[in-house]
Amino acid sequence: MNDITERRLALSHMWVAFIAFILACFMGEYQVLERSGLFEALDSSTVYFASVSTHGVLMAYVLTTFFIMGFGYYTASTSLNVPIWNKQLAWGGFWLALLGVVLAAVPLLMGLASVLYTFYPPIQAHYIFYVGATLLIVGSWVWCGIMIVMFLQWKQANPGKPVPLAMFATTMNALLWLWTSAGVALESLFLILPWAFGWTDTIDVGMARTLFAWTLHPIVYFWLIPAYIAFYTLLPKQAGSYLFSDELARAAFIVLVVFSLPIGFHHLYMDPEQAKGWKLLHSVGTFIVSVPTFMTGFTVIASLEVAGRLRGGKGLFGWIGSLQWTNTMVLSVILSLLMLIFGGFGGIVNASYAMNAMIHNTAWVPGHFHLIFAGTTVIMYFSVAYYLWPILTNKPIFSNNLALVQLWTWFIGMSILSTPWHVLGLLGQPRRISSVVYNNLMTLSWKPYELMMILGGLVMLGSACLFIYVIFKTQFSATEEVFEGEVEYAETYHPVTDLPEYLNDIKIWNKVIAVLMFISFGIPILQFFFLDTYDSSAWGY
Amino acid sequence: MHIDPLEKKWAQIVLAICAFFVVVIMSDALFHSVNAPSNVETINSATLHLSKEFAEDNLGVQVDENGDITVRMVAGRYSFFPKRISVPAETKLTFRWVSIDVLHGVHIPMTNMSTMIVPGFVAEIETSFPKPGDYPVLCNEYCGLGHDHMWSKIDVVEKDQWKAPQATSMGGDEK
Repeated sequence: MNDITERRLALSHMWVAFIAFILACFMGEYQVLERSGLFEALDSSTVYFASVSTHGVLMAYVLTTFFIMGFGYYTASTSLNVPIWNKQLAWGGFWLALLGVVLAAVPLLMGLASVLYTFYPPIQAHYIFYVGATLLIVGSWVWCGIMIVMFLQWKQANPGKPVPLAMFATTMNALLWLWTSAGVALESLFLILPWAFGWTDTIDVGMARTLFAWTLHPIVYFWLIPAYIAFYTLLPKQAGSYLFSDELARAAFIVLVVFSLPIGFHHLYMDPEQAKGWKLLHSVGTFIVSVPTFMTGFTVIASLEVAGRLRGGKGLFGWIGSLQWTNTMVLSVILSLLMLIFGGFGGIVNASYAMNAMIHNTAWVPGHFHLIFAGTTVIMYFSVAYYLWPILTNKPIFSNNLALVQLWTWFIGMSILSTPWHVLGLLGQPRRISSVVYNNLMTLSWKPYELMMILGGLVMLGSACLFIYVIFKTQFSATEEVFEGEVEYAETYHPVTDLPEYLNDIKIWNKVIAVLMFISFGIPILQFFFLDTYDSSAWGY
Repeated sequence: MHIDPLEKKWAQIVLAICAFFVVVIMSDALFHSVNAPSNVETINSATLHLSKEFAEDNLGVQVDENGDITVRMVAGRYSFFPKRISVPAETKLTFRWVSIDVLHGVHIPMTNMSTMIVPGFVAEIETSFPKPGDYPVLCNEYCGLGHDHMWSKIDVVEKDQWKAPQATSMGGDEK
């Protein structure tokens, strides 16, 4: 199949993602330096909060969304072995989302949108920022639509056959993103945009926070699912192994998608505008959504163990040593899982309704999400890029050794960065401060950890530059060598024979999600129409 | 559909782990009343100074006729008011927090006094401080470019050395 357009689509999306990523990495290192107070010349809360806002938007919205769209297009095309449906529309979505990013970037960089990536009202940014963010979301909906159409078309053409796992998971992620982004889209269209344009004078802060919480949890699963797709469908072949169970992989994706949605109130545990019964309900759901991650850990480690034993590893742990540690996919999965274990441990603390009070909005929280997002998730974005770049550009990887060094340094840097970050949270340091000016002896104990964070950030910045260098050189070096390979998806250990329809369908899960969302968000949102709430006017910052 | 016996076992272990966590959290919440601040009580943040409860004279620590202590605090850019208060250790305290402007959050390190302060709502939280000392009260939600400077102080003193503040005009016994 001539898939030149598909490859261009994938490369264009991923380059936007990784350019956003590298810019944001420089901002991250600047932020730990500024925050430490070591360099007086750097001290400026104006620049700091503009930088934190931009860093958050670039990493959380641009890197993720564009990477997921690019990876998704190529996964759809290669796993179904068909061209992308409606390529003009796909390009339209790309340009629309990119226009959104550029529009949002202007006020962000000018310091006119220092409202952080969570943009909690009633602090108000320049309206162009909200317009840009909304366009980015609308552009990503185009991708969701194309994934769902391709899924349904393939099913129609191949009745009774299991949809390839990679495509099943990608489409579930598209469904997840449509539901996830609906919360923030409602907030944006009905509350923030009319207020930012000056059509309304005040804003319902409680409702805005509730709608944002709707988005705030499942969005992290939207980011994480591509990593899981690589775990399940790309890793086994690379490790020289088989996927342990195709059916349970589908079940894991389904539970992840369905139960990541109705649980957003664990972000509102400490909020006064929602009652404790709803918070408890959402906390139970939060523990349910940990089940598929536990199952994923099992399946992925089982696939690795099979690989290790096939390569001659013996004994209880001997198979670990005999894994192919020089394969970037194998190495990144091992490192990703290690970070997932520690990050997951922290996550259980956050999820625990009462224990959360100890760490809520402290430095622990960014420590946790950097470990899970920049650690577990983004390291898999790297290895997917290392895997796809030769396929997309028909050129061999520039240097496998440099890529291995890059993955190790990312892991080491993340360990040095996020460990002290967690400790600072336990020592009471709030997140989102640009300097420590509390006149209290307790803050002296924070200093050594802040210095460690500078080092960790520096290692990660070096690693990030190395990543860009390797993919850039792979694509643009003049070389005679031609790489001819295509994406090889995992074969299953147990062939899939009789797949029940519910493991091969998205419509039924869409209905289940609708019911669960109504139960968990219906009354908490409707209450704002019945309560005597007092809206807030707009505030600068 | 095929499920490996090992997977089945692991799934059971995982479900047991999650069930254990849920049971612990639920029993703490339902039987020991360990709950996050969730009183869903609205207030007009724009007219706090005119409200009876959060008028300037009524802020800070108050003891009612039953000896129960309520601490009323206002968060506004960039401090918590009153800026310095004193409370007894090992005593049940009811904090009531409101914002006069934007979203804030507050925590007192090394204690479980933590809540978001959302404009338009009163955040109520009950706690007690086991150890006497000089604690900072910190804003933990970004509230503007001066956010770093948003903090105040609370002195936790030995229970038997603590003296209730003079009754204020609202407290009642004016002669």
